[in-house]
Amino acid sequence: MTALLLRDLRLAIRAGGGFGLGLAFFLILATLVPLAVGPQPTLLGPIAPGILWLGALLACLLSLDRIFALDLEDGSLDLIATAPLPLEGVATIKALTHWLTTGLPLTIIAPALGLLLFLPSSATLWLVIALLIGTPALSWLGTFGAALTVGLKRGSLLLSLLVLPLYIPTLVFGAEVVRRGAEGLPTATPLALLGGITLGCIALLPFATAAALRVNLR
Amino acid sequence: MSIWEYANPRRFMALSARVQPWVWGVAIMLSGSGLIWGFFFTPEDFRMGYSVKIIYLHVPSAFLAINAWFMMLVASLIWLIRRHHVSALAARAAAPIGLVMTAVALLTGAIWGKPMWGTYWEWDPRLTSFLILGLFYLGYIALWSAIENQDAAADLTSILCLVGTVFAVLSRYAAQFWNQGLHQGASLSLDAQENISDVFWLPLVVTLAGFVALFLALVLMRTRTELRRRRLHSLAAKARLA
Repeated sequence: MTALLLRDLRLAIRAGGGFGLGLAFFLILATLVPLAVGPQPTLLGPIAPGILWLGALLACLLSLDRIFALDLEDGSLDLIATAPLPLEGVATIKALTHWLTTGLPLTIIAPALGLLLFLPSSATLWLVIALLIGTPALSWLGTFGAALTVGLKRGSLLLSLLVLPLYIPTLVFGAEVVRRGAEGLPTATPLALLGGITLGCIALLPFATAAALRVNLR
Repeated sequence: MSIWEYANPRRFMALSARVQPWVWGVAIMLSGSGLIWGFFFTPEDFRMGYSVKIIYLHVPSAFLAINAWFMMLVASLIWLIRRHHVSALAARAAAPIGLVMTAVALLTGAIWGKPMWGTYWEWDPRLTSFLILGLFYLGYIALWSAIENQDAAADLTSILCLVGTVFAVLSRYAAQFWNQGLHQGASLSLDAQENISDVFWLPLVVTLAGFVALFLALVLMRTRTELRRRRLHSLAAKARLA
């Protein structure tokens, strides 16, 4: 498992892996929003939590289709599938790699982008906490979507149609945490629900992902 | 004699050919008489006026939009567990009907909402979760049509249906959490306190039964079409080999 994790991490970070692409997209989105709606802090401040969550969602989506596609192309997915490691484990590792290369960096740079969008400083901590707890769910769900569409030639458009509706609960609760944090309201309830979704995804989705992979490798 | 005998496509075709006209008859009779009763022979509501009558289209279609998904869930489970092709095809056949019902529910709601709420659309939890349900239907149908290998498509869409069910329900509660609603409470619930009055309720139940029969008839018809299309494909493949 560690070997697979290290291999995927190396592949992601080295040239052509697409690492940083999601981050750049996140940055561009945070730049484009003020250009589109206007630079007034009173306008940007209230919508900043939503924009940042939406940016994180879309940035996650960008790198999803390469989770399995490259491995399927060069045949290493078949090798991995026949290895003693169960496919559920492979699914977990793939999702973890995706989170380490997109969700975690997004969480780290989010406060800086929050500054650009005049996110109230009281909400910055909540933004980091919400992203840290919520983004794993995005990676695990995305891995499931990638496994469903891995055999398809033009799967990436379909992938976003499949995965984005699944992101809705995470988005709602994640943005709610930051919004409540900004207004100084108690955040425990949405935070607990967000954590519940993430833990449920981590626990159960690898089975669905592995089942989809088995179908596609048949 | 068990119900699984009809998992055999030939038996299913024979049975459905016999049952189908009756289901159609019941569907047309019940929904027709329910709609006519509801539209022309019920009083106007003291607050909503004549616009209350759209309830006879709105509630049955909304009811079916949700229950079509559950029917797909059951059919998907049967396919995953017992691998009956008829079941997978029935799930596939139900999806577009569910999508249309979702659209009808949203549209009639919008038409009713403009004079009553003063707006076609409101980000109300019920409306939002219906829109989300529509997105789930779209994704499901898109995945079916994207995959060439029919067995793989049936497997993958079944898995999507299972995961989608969980997240559709989650979205429903998330939407409730996210915004307070404008939509009225349940029109039909077992809790009689909430129910609408009998004058409106009886024709509504008749229409509802009619719509359920209509759904059944459409699913039967579409499943039969899918089965025939598969037979055609295999016949064409055989002809090419010979």
